[in-house]
This record gives sequence, C-alpha cells and structure tokens, in this order.
Amino acid sequence: MLTALLIFWPLVAGFLVLFSSNENARKTAFACAILELLIAAGAVFAFRQNPELLSLDRWWIQSFGISFNIAMDGISLLLVLLTVVLIPLIILSTFDHSYKNAAAFYALILFMEMALVGVFVAMDGFLFYIFWELALIPIYFICLLWGGKDRVRITFKFFLYTLVGSLFMLVGFIYLYLHTPGRSFNLADLYAAGASLSAVEQSWVFWSIFIAFAIKMPVFPFHTWQPATYAESPNAGTMLLAGIMLKMGLYGVIRWLIPVVPAGAAEWLDVIMVLCIIGVVYGSCLAIIQKDFRKLIAYSSIAHVGLIAAGIFTWNAQGLQGAMIQMVSHGINVVGLFFIADIITRRTNTRMIPELGGIRSVAPVFATLFMIVMLGAVALPFTNGFVGEFLLLTGVYQYHAVAAGFAGLTMILAAVYMFRSYQGVMLGETKSVTRAFADLNFNEKAVLIPIVIMVIVIGVYPKPILDISAPAVEKLVSIYQMAN
Amino acid sequence: MNIFQVIPLNHYIFLSALLFCIGVTGVLFRRNAIIIFMSIELMLNAVNLMLAAFSTYLADGAGQVFVFFIMVVAAAEVAVGLAILMMIYRNTNSTDINVLNKLKW
Amino acid sequence: MSRLIFLIPLLPLIGAIINGFWGKKLSKGLSGLIGCLAVGLSFGLAVYAFFHLKTHPEIETISYVYFDWIKAGKFSAPFSLLLDPLSSLFLLIITGVGFLIHIYSTGYMHDDEGFHKFFAYLNLFVFFMLLLVLGSNYLIMFVGWEGVGLCSYLLIGYWFKNIDYSSAAKKAFVMNRIGDLGFLLGVFLIYITFGSVSYGVVFEQAKSFTSDEGVITCIALLLFVGAVGKSAQLPLYTWLPDAMAGPTPVSALIHAATMVTAGIYMVARSNIIYTLSPTALSVVAVIGIATALFAAIIGLAQNDIKKVLAYSTVSQLGYMFLALGVGAYTSAVFHVATHAFFKALLFLAAGSVIHAMSGEQDIRKMGGLKKALPVTFWVFVIGTVAIAGIPPFAGFFSKDEILAHAFASNKIYWLFALIGSLITAFYMFRLLFLTFYGKFRGTHEQEHHLHESPKSMTIPLIVLAILSTIGGFMGLPEILGGSHALKQFLEPVFANSELNMLPHHISHSTEYILIGLTLLCLAVVIWVAYNQYVRKKDVPPADALIVSPVHKVVYNKFFIDELYANVITKPLNWLSEKTDKYFENGFIDGIVNFTGRSVVGGSRLMRLAQQGNVGFYVFAMVIGIILIFFFTSL
Repeated sequence: MLTALLIFWPLVAGFLVLFSSNENARKTAFACAILELLIAAGAVFAFRQNPELLSLDRWWIQSFGISFNIAMDGISLLLVLLTVVLIPLIILSTFDHSYKNAAAFYALILFMEMALVGVFVAMDGFLFYIFWELALIPIYFICLLWGGKDRVRITFKFFLYTLVGSLFMLVGFIYLYLHTPGRSFNLADLYAAGASLSAVEQSWVFWSIFIAFAIKMPVFPFHTWQPATYAESPNAGTMLLAGIMLKMGLYGVIRWLIPVVPAGAAEWLDVIMVLCIIGVVYGSCLAIIQKDFRKLIAYSSIAHVGLIAAGIFTWNAQGLQGAMIQMVSHGINVVGLFFIADIITRRTNTRMIPELGGIRSVAPVFATLFMIVMLGAVALPFTNGFVGEFLLLTGVYQYHAVAAGFAGLTMILAAVYMFRSYQGVMLGETKSVTRAFADLNFNEKAVLIPIVIMVIVIGVYPKPILDISAPAVEKLVSIYQMAN
Repeated sequence: MNIFQVIPLNHYIFLSALLFCIGVTGVLFRRNAIIIFMSIELMLNAVNLMLAAFSTYLADGAGQVFVFFIMVVAAAEVAVGLAILMMIYRNTNSTDINVLNKLKW
Repeated sequence: MSRLIFLIPLLPLIGAIINGFWGKKLSKGLSGLIGCLAVGLSFGLAVYAFFHLKTHPEIETISYVYFDWIKAGKFSAPFSLLLDPLSSLFLLIITGVGFLIHIYSTGYMHDDEGFHKFFAYLNLFVFFMLLLVLGSNYLIMFVGWEGVGLCSYLLIGYWFKNIDYSSAAKKAFVMNRIGDLGFLLGVFLIYITFGSVSYGVVFEQAKSFTSDEGVITCIALLLFVGAVGKSAQLPLYTWLPDAMAGPTPVSALIHAATMVTAGIYMVARSNIIYTLSPTALSVVAVIGIATALFAAIIGLAQNDIKKVLAYSTVSQLGYMFLALGVGAYTSAVFHVATHAFFKALLFLAAGSVIHAMSGEQDIRKMGGLKKALPVTFWVFVIGTVAIAGIPPFAGFFSKDEILAHAFASNKIYWLFALIGSLITAFYMFRLLFLTFYGKFRGTHEQEHHLHESPKSMTIPLIVLAILSTIGGFMGLPEILGGSHALKQFLEPVFANSELNMLPHHISHSTEYILIGLTLLCLAVVIWVAYNQYVRKKDVPPADALIVSPVHKVVYNKFFIDELYANVITKPLNWLSEKTDKYFENGFIDGIVNFTGRSVVGGSRLMRLAQQGNVGFYVFAMVIGIILIFFFTSL
C-alpha cells in the first residue's frame, strides 16, 4: 500500500498545487515533496522488515491480462529514493526564480514525480509503458512553456524522438505478450515468454526495446536531442531530465530488457559495449570544447551514462552494483552542477565559460561547494562518483581489459573538462560580469549543502546504498546465468 | 418446383455479373455524373438480382431482406446524390466530373 | 591498541576540517598552531609506532579493519590500515618533515590573506599522504594517491588569481590522472588475478607464480604507469617543474619530500610482484636512469632557483627508480629518506632566499647573498653538499649505495648514473655560487630589503640541515664499518625480494675503488663550477641573448612541453571541434533530422496522388478492390 501511496500522493499534491495561488504554489509544492520524502522513508523501514510489504497486485484490465502490479526491490527502492530526494531539492532550487503560472509549473513537477515513481515500481509491462509515456507529458510542457528562446523546435524534437523510441518498445512488449501462455503483461510472465523465444526472435525484441531505452539514456548515437534540450529547458526541467529521467532508460535495461531477452542481449553485447564506450570517449571529448557550461554538463552526462550502461551490460555483480550507485551519484552530482550553472547564469546573464572568471575571489563559499560537487563528477576517491566509477570499471574490466582501458579515459578527460571549466569560471581575475557576484544566499545553500554532504557521505561510506541493492542484483545476475 | 427455378441458377449469375461489369465500366469510363450515378444503381441492382436468386434457390428469406435494405439505402442515396448533382450543376453548369478537381493537395 | 593507528591520519584531517570550516574566525596564530599541532601530534604517534615496531621485532605488521568500504559481489575492499617497518618509516618522513615545513610555513605565509586555508590544504595533504602509506590494500592506497593529487592541485593553484598558476595546477592534476588510470587498471588486473586487492592476500598468492609470467609483468607495468605520473618520470614529468607555481613550502613538502616519492613507496610495497618480473624491473631501471640524466641536463641551464631544484628532484627520483629497478629496494627507500631531508632543506632555503628577495626567483638577479642571509647560506651549503654526495653528508651514503648496486647489476646503468650525479653536483654548485657569491645583481630596492628570515623559518632549516648531515648514518654500509640499521629494520618487508635480486655482491676492494673514483670526479666538477662562476664571475645570459643552439634547446627544456601541446593537446582539441561541427551536428544529428524531414518530404510526395479527379479516385478504388479480391483468394 505504501508503494501505491508513493505513486498517488504526488498526483493529489499536484492538483492541490494546481488550484493554489501562484504565490503559494512553490511552498505548497515543496511541502508536498517533503511529505513524499517522508513516505519514502517509511517505505525504507518497511523494506528493511519485509520487502513484501511494499508490493500490491490488483487486476486492472483483466480481459487483457493487465494488472496494477507494483512492488519494490532494492533496485526500485534506490531509484525511488533518488527521485524523492531530488525533487524537493529541485523545487527548492527554483525559489529564486519567478515563473509565470507558477502553480501549473510546480504541479507539473509533482505529476512528473508520480510518473517517475510509477516507472520504477511497476511490475507489469503495460503499466510500465503507461508510466513511461506519462512521464514525458509533464516534462514536455515544462520545457515548452518555460524554456529558452529556441524551445519550441527543440522540445518538439525531443518529444518526437523519445516517443518514436517508446513505440518500438511497445511493439516489443506486445510481441512478448502474445507469446505468454496465459496472455499476461506480468513481469515474470514476460521473462518466461522472452526465454521461450529463439535467439533470432530475441534479437529482434532486444533491439525494439533497446531503442527506447537508448534514446532515453541517451546512448551514442541516439543522443543528439539531449545537449540542445538540456541547454534550452528551464533549469528545473533540465535537472529532472538529467537527474532522474535518464535513469528511467538505465533502469529499463536492468529490469525490462536484459532479463527479458537474455540471449538477445548476449548476442549483441559486443556491439552495445562498443557503442557505450564510444559514448564515453566521445561525450568527454565534446565536453572539452564546449563553451556553454550547460552543454558541457550535458555532454559529460552522455559520457557518464555511457559508462553506466556499459557496466550494466557486463551484467556482473560489480558492474550492476556500480551502475546502481552511480545512478544515484550521477543524479546528485548533475543536479548540483546544473544548479551551479543556474546560479552563475542568474547572476551574470551568461553561461559562456570564456566570458566568466574570477568568481572564487568574490564568492568563496560558492567556490568551495562547486569544487566538491565537481570532484564528485570527476570521481575522486571519497566522493560518491568514485565508488560507482570504480565498480563500473571493475565490471567492464571483467568483460574486456581493453574496454576498461578506453572507458577509463573518462577519468582523464573528465579531469580535463571539469578542471578547465572550473578554471575558466572560478579562477583568475574577476571580469566585469563577475565583479559583483554575490555569494550564496540561504536558499542556494539549502540546496547545495545537502548535495555536498551526500557527495562526501556516499563516497566515504557507501555501504548502506550498496546493501540496499545487493540482494536484488545477485538475483538478477543468477537469472541471467541460468538463461545463458 | 418454384417458378423462378425454371431458369437455371447459372443464368442468373451470368446476367448479374454482366450487369455488374457494365456498371463498373460505366463508372470507370463515363464522365457524366448522372451516367455514373445510373451505373452505380445498375451495380446495386445486379447485386439485388443475385441476392434474390440465391434466396430462392436456397429457400432462405434473409437474402430478400437484404434486397429491401439495399433498395431503401439506394433510394436514400439517390435523394442525397441527386441533390448534390443539382448543386454541382448550378455551380459549374456542367455534370462533367473532371471539372470537380478542387479537392486536391 | 592496534585500532588506534587511525589516529595518525585522523589528526591532520581534524586540523584540516577546523581550519577549513572555521579558519576565518580564528586568529592567524591559532590557525597556524592547530595546523602544526595536528601534524606534530601525528609525528609523536608515528615515533611511538616506530619504536614499538623496533623494540618488538617479532611483530612484523599491525593491521586493523575498520569498516567495509566498497563491496560488491565477490569484490571487497575494506577500509583497513596496516603498519609495518616500511610504512612506519614513511610515516616518520611525512610527519617529521611535514611538521618542520608546517612550522616554516607559519613564518613564510604570515602575510598571506588565506593563511588558514593554506594550513587546511596542507593538513589535508598530510592526511591523504598518511592514508596512502598506511592503507592495507591497493584501493586505500589509491584513495591517498588521488587525494594527494587533489591537494597538490589546490596548493599549486593556491594563488588562484593568476591564471598561469591555475593552469599549472590543472596540468599537474591531469598528468597525474594519466598515471592514475594505469594504476587503476593495474588494480583491476590484481583483482582479476588474485581475487583480492589486499596486500596480504596478493603477496601470499603471488609467491605461487613463476618468474616473468605475462600477467605479473602486466600488473607491474600498469602500476608503474601510476608511479611514472605521480613521481614525475619520463614521459610524464613535465608537470613537476610547473608545479613550482605553488608557495615554496608546498614545493618542499609535496613536490620534493613526500608526494612525489609515493611512486617509490608503491613499487617498494609491491616488491614481491616486481621481483617476479625482471622485465618490468628493467623497464623501471631504464626509465629511472633516463629521467635522472635527462632532468639533470635540463637542470644545467635553468635560471629559476625553484626550477633548478624541481629538475633536480625529478632527477633524484630517477635515481630512486634506478635503485628499485636493480632490485635494491632498501637503497631506494634510503634515498627517499635522505632526499626528503636535503631537498626539503634546499627548497626551504630557496624559499628563505625568495622571501628575502621579495618574490624574485631568477638567480641572474641574485648573487652575494652570503652576507645578508648567513643562516640560509650555511644550510644551503649543507644541502648542496649533501645532494652532490660528498661524505659524510646524507646524500653520499644513499647515492653511493645506489651506484654500487647499479654497478653490480649493469655497468652501463652505473656509468650513466655516475654522469648524472656529476651533472647534479655541477648545477647545484652553480646554483649555490650564483646565488650566494659574487656581487648583488638585483635592483636597489631589493638590496635594501634583504634580511635574514624569522626564527620560525630558520629553526626548521637548521633542524633539516642537521638531519641532512647525519641522516646518512642510519644506513652506514658495512665497508665503512657500519651495520646498515635501515636494512635490518626493513628486512621483514624486503627480505625475500632482495635475496632473489642481489646475488652478486661486488667485492670490497671494487667498492672502495668506485667510491674513490666518484669522489675524484666530483672534486673536478666542483672545481670547474667554482672556476666558472666564482673566479670568472660568469652569469647566465638573458633569454634573448642565448646564441648556442644546444644551450637554447636545453634552456627550453628540449621543447617537450611544446611537443606535448602540438602532438596531443592541440590535435585533440582540433579533432573534437571538427567532430562537434561535422560529425555531431552534421552527421548524427543530420541523420535524425533527415529522418524527420524524410517523413515530411514523403508525405509531400504522396499527396500528389490526391489530384482531385473523381474518375481517378474511382478507378483507384476499383483497382484496389480487385487487388484485395486477388490477394485474399490466394
């Protein structure tokens, strides 16, 4: 029941916010998001006692074998936690903006939260698809209505691109559905149906589902919607996209792709690994030359996601655990970085690195917090990024040493682009746009300090997080080994 | 033995097929809207004939019920269709369908 | 008891946290006191640990597991610390020299506005460095390894308003990261091969491998890549001279005495693996000797007092790797210790000079400082003599030991090492003479301002000078009547490896001849330097006046920086930019947009069929019906 509450509370809260006044909207939204966080905390306690407490299975459209089947294992729980922790921070990060139609804006964020939680807990293929598409609607309007200059064209492209991918996934699911013995969309039945297919059929189903996830993540070469969208969306939208939404794709691969068609995945493993690793190097190289700070973060995100995807496809305990913790870490870090970009843009009216400089000498607190978030992004030991990156690379190394060598280039290239941008933005003498740069105010500290604390705490003591997902990961690994 | 069954079934079939083909040809190759309209009626009646014939031979009334339906529909169609034709004629002073090519890309 | 080892690194961390968060509210005195105290107490503990180990030879190692750090599937890397003779020796060097440098810094940085920040960084560095040597598995070592890199970045770019300094810092971090990637890949291979990254398990299992197995060589070489980055060896050394942008105490602590020796510590720690792979060892030796010679040659033509010392550091690190490469692990560690003393001394003395010269670092503008800075002069002389290898100063014993081992292993190594050490002696005396002898060549203002440094700076100098003088006696060799206390102390760590590696001892008579030969050459070299720079009063020419092409090439450090910029950095940038323009936005995004456009274009084509002719529609319909009949009847 708690899981259902986690899904539907944001929906109710969204309507509450929608009908509140524009002035109160953000506070109401923040309070609602905090309440959701508390519910999730309750879910963690329930999970500790007995994970079964979190599952709920009711018929929805019985004649088609569609059920409202939700449950949480460690993997789902981690991503739900990431969502409910980041959403309040994202809402808080908008407190210094004044949006037109604020009520609608915050309501959309909460609707988005509902859909995201739904995606992570749905255990029925049809339900998963519904939530998956539902998540696209609020973010589309957030980007379209509150975005930058070129928003209409770019948002349209983003919407269409991801939608096309999703339709392929639907085709794949229906094909599997037709091969289930009792015509059901249940996760376990889909696993059984997938395993019963021949290798060739599995390959087809694999690609049709993979396309949807690959576009969402995005994996090279399906990524071109992403940098422009990140750059043009309002900041909260970008945070939602990069912090949480791209994890939908990665989560999908873990839950709805590889265990469903293990033979198909094994068949195309090499191709996918090459794509992922190209993405790592390619994203990093393009990040190096970006002058727009937000685009730089966008490309770095492609590199990080490429590594996570590579770790997932290796399908060993290290790779998967690394992927889980890195999803959490990347969510935290990227939200921090985009918020930093937002602070800079708001005060200087530019996000071009060459126009900035010298902020460190006028805003030391900001400089320190930025530095720590950046260290998380370059995966320095004792920050959250390292734990994930290390485990991912360990996983990839077990796949192939050379692959790990190329994927490991991210360590060097990340240092290059992050330190270069830090130097460009923060160091040196102040310039005309940065001379009057005020240090952080209370709201901004309230966002960045929790992020920084998470960066360090997860880096020094990742055990609680690793422990949450460990049993689920072990189980998945064994399913795959049995299938192949 | 029914009086209608004096003529073998094949003859009915051939006749109605012939009528139908004439109708189709008329629809395809004539440009006058009224003649096309008449050709359509011809096709409908070919079908009617066929239905009636089979209905008799199989001793099943359902076919004749269909015939009445078709007649009713055809009558309605004539009412609407001729009204449209009248409007076309008033607007273009012609019943040539090739004049009616406004509805294109 | 053993679990209290964590206090040794924890104290500096606490110091760093206090100074980092609340430093602004503290007075400078208190801030400096906390910084020094944190390291000082840690030094006290290290001394206690050292004597505990020394008086209880039966305890070879003390280790304690604190918590599971990273654990996934079969992989497990606990946060655990390990104290054995090797790490306790490094603890002493780090905290001891570190403590002196902290005290020195209270004087040197006194007028800096970021005083507390400086001490926070410095303490943080000590924390990571201690973690590096105390970790009981490769992953904890890696934490320290990258952590010191971060602190090095922060401290090189300490004066962040100068964009060149922050570029130097960035360069140091990135070049270190190149090495770190090698290190990390080595750790992966260790995990795959041995199923663990803990020293105990790895070294125990390594014994079952035969000599020169491919896997072992790969591990050794990958780890060595990390060492090359961190210890500034060819070809990744270029960051170290640039790192002199940081405040001088930083250069002394990080870029001379401690951090850059992390590579030596790592190889010495993994001695069992390296001993199993003669191939890897010869790579280590060759890189070491090449770096030693190359950096020494560059050092000959530099005019920046700190740059000369930086190249000398690179060169000395090369010697240490040479020692490791010929299997003389003890000698390498010995040289780490003595080098920490005399190089820290030289850097701090140079800092004292720079302090007196109001920030001037060019030796062409110095000269005749002997009178104004008597203490600094004398300690600088001791440092120079020690690094040149004149008995009985510290450098003589350690360097001579390395030369002897090199001779025993390969005569060519020995020859190059000898040449290198002669060049070292030459440029160090050149530095000494140009700085302290002759007439003052700076501006009038500078001359007026010349003063000896305060006590907080001179006392650490004097202590280090004493250490540089007597430090060598901890490894007094047998032929000179000693018993090599250091070797006995380190025996538990190196015993197996050195027995395998050093079978052929050279005879005592050969050794005496080698020592005599070395000293003779040294005397000649020093006389030449004296002749040129004191008697002839030769001063290096201004940059524009360098005529000889050889001189120009050496002065410009063989254009290695320019080479890297033109071969790696610029092409990478160019390629990325072109990729962004043509491949990313042109090709990939082109395909995406093309897909979209082709739908629009296709529809545009298809609608041409809607030509509005009713006859055509009817015709199409009939054809369609016929086709349907045809296909359904198939």
